[in-house]
Amino acid sequence: MKILVMIKQVPDTATQVKIGGDGRTIDTTGITWIVSPYDEFAVEEALRIKEKRGQGEVVAVSLGPERGKEALRSCLAMGADRAIHFKDAAWDAADTLMTARALAAVIKQEAPGLALFGRQAIDDDMGAVAAQVAELLGWPCASWIMEEAVDGDGKTIRVGRQVEGGLEIFDLPLPAVASAQKGLNEPRYPTLKGIMGAKKKEIKEVKASDIGMAAEPPVLSVVKLESLPPRPPGRIIQGEPAEAAKELVRALREDAKAI
Amino acid sequence: MAGAYWCMVEDDRQGAPKKVMAEVLGEASRLAGAAGAQAEAVWVTDKATPEGLKQLGEWGAKRIWLLENAAFAPYRAEVWTPAVAELAGKESPQAIFGPVTTRQREFMARLAARLGAGLSADSTGLAAEGGKLVATRPVYAGKLLSKMTWSKTPWMATLRPNVFRPADPQAGASAAVEKPSVTIPGESMKLVERKQEAATGLPELTEAEIVVSGGRGLKGPENFVILEELAKVIGAAVGASRAAVDAGWRPHRFQIGQTGRTISPKLYLGFGISGAIQHLAGMRTSKVICAINKDPEAPIFKIADYGIVGDLFEVAPLLTQEFKGLLEK
Ligand SMILES: Cc1cc2nc3c(=O)[nH]c(=O)nc-3n(C[C@H](O)[C@H](O)[C@H](O)COP(=O)(O)OP(=O)(O)OC[C@H]3O[C@@H](n4cnc5c(N)ncnc54)[C@H](O)[C@@H]3O)c2cc1C
Ligand SMILES: Nc1ncnc2c1ncn2[C@@H]1O[C@H](COP(=O)(O)O)[C@@H](O)[C@H]1O
Repeated sequence: MKILVMIKQVPDTATQVKIGGDGRTIDTTGITWIVSPYDEFAVEEALRIKEKRGQGEVVAVSLGPERGKEALRSCLAMGADRAIHFKDAAWDAADTLMTARALAAVIKQEAPGLALFGRQAIDDDMGAVAAQVAELLGWPCASWIMEEAVDGDGKTIRVGRQVEGGLEIFDLPLPAVASAQKGLNEPRYPTLKGIMGAKKKEIKEVKASDIGMAAEPPVLSVVKLESLPPRPPGRIIQGEPAEAAKELVRALREDAKAI
Repeated sequence: MAGAYWCMVEDDRQGAPKKVMAEVLGEASRLAGAAGAQAEAVWVTDKATPEGLKQLGEWGAKRIWLLENAAFAPYRAEVWTPAVAELAGKESPQAIFGPVTTRQREFMARLAARLGAGLSADSTGLAAEGGKLVATRPVYAGKLLSKMTWSKTPWMATLRPNVFRPADPQAGASAAVEKPSVTIPGESMKLVERKQEAATGLPELTEAEIVVSGGRGLKGPENFVILEELAKVIGAAVGASRAAVDAGWRPHRFQIGQTGRTISPKLYLGFGISGAIQHLAGMRTSKVICAINKDPEAPIFKIADYGIVGDLFEVAPLLTQEFKGLLEK
């Protein structure tokens, strides 16, 4: 079975982010880039499905600027067989829907049995692209999966999706879309052999015109980025534990009116 | 009259809308009122109750589009989306809002794709500016705020719970209930089983007005009882840091942070949590933040409104006692 995994390159969670000169994007100097953590769960799961079935192909797909190749390269080092890189100025201002359209187009072309996503990309935190791709393809979608099992003949997948208060187990006919939630697996670290091997694997570049797309104004666009409003300085409550506890409860009730 | 501001109803699956709908309807009513339009509820369900319909009216829905059919449960986006899209095609709403819950996040995204609309997910602010709507959303682990706008309607957004001011209930207000006929699409996903976690008697983490949360400082799973006791007294949910979750002390669905749940309670009380940037990503929009940590240098004190530097094993039970005394009065 062929599995496509959609991965996004995002700033490392611990990196400082600053607003760029245009006021609408971040200043990318000095940023460490990583594969969005949920997407790593998706890559890991795809590799496990392939290993369990003893055959198949795992293809990593990313849309973004040139540096996105590093992210694809690390998926290849984990064990993905090849990669597709969507790189075009037409996508510079891509919103989630435009991204979803591009990804849906390649999924249609590649016709995999399964398209895996992360629950959300941790830069914009939209959590929308997986369900949107599913809609554009007319495929079923299981979001926030914590467990999965593809049946022996590769016709259905059984997933456990996280909902408030528990887990819902569903059977989906393949092809289908699923998005990975934390808890699905522990992603592997690339081995030295994997890293060396990744250099020889193919990263195919795709332009917007290759899939019949052109630059179009986004439906949703960023007006500006803002820093957080400063929080008023806090107060450390001094005193013996018993006194401090009493004072905290009083302050929460009377000053903060929080309880 | 201008197009309506729709609010997708999240319910308890027993026929009653969730409390968070007071916030969504409250915000929709304010925006719609200023634009000479009205807030309406769209309720997709297998079972609505008269009390639930009444409740939506009291929270400000002027009209309720009730899509009631056995096929809508269990929730599957593939079934809900074409039905709601068909209605939206006929009614041309100006905006479609919903609360941030696991199913609304997925459903709204799928609906946006079908309608070719823009979706601002997990919004913490909405404002009308010169005939446009501008949404505020936390991005980059909540380190920055992004202001976003739409180039066409419907303006779609999901709203973070506990952030928007709830509607003041209007006793006796009632909504016109419409039962439009829509095509019920076929389904391909089949529910096998629902594994419900044992009810804790505590509120759901993302909806709770107060959250008590524990980290590595708790030292072991058994010690979460200390926080549960406090939580029971003040009606709080109990959350955890990733360190506590990764250690297997709490199930993942209780994790707060960048790779867990995002919460925005009125009051957050953190015990034995250092306040790593990834944890803050999930709770920094809480209204009042309290931290109890034995290390005066712990980063959580930088964003805390109140802090106690001390041993949580000593302080937490004392707080439980104090709150008990206060709330029993
Ligand atoms: C990609 C990525 C995603 C992540 N996502 C998340 C996430 O979603 N959520 C999250 O929480 N973390 C997340 N993390 C992890 C995060 O970086 C921290 O490691 C984690 O939050 C630390 O948890 P902690 O505060 O419980 O533990 P620690 O940092 O070890 O802090 C424990 C604190 O307890 C205090 N303490 C110890 N004993 C006592 C006592 N008796 N009384 C009072 N205080 C005491 C200590 O002084 C210390 O400050 C993520 C990390 C990465 C790299
Ligand atoms: N530019 C992109 N390239 C590849 N995959 C993406 C891209 N953006 C989003 N995705 C996928 O869609 C998921 C959800 O992203 P989002 O809706 O932006 O939070 C991510 O976890 C990825 O799997």
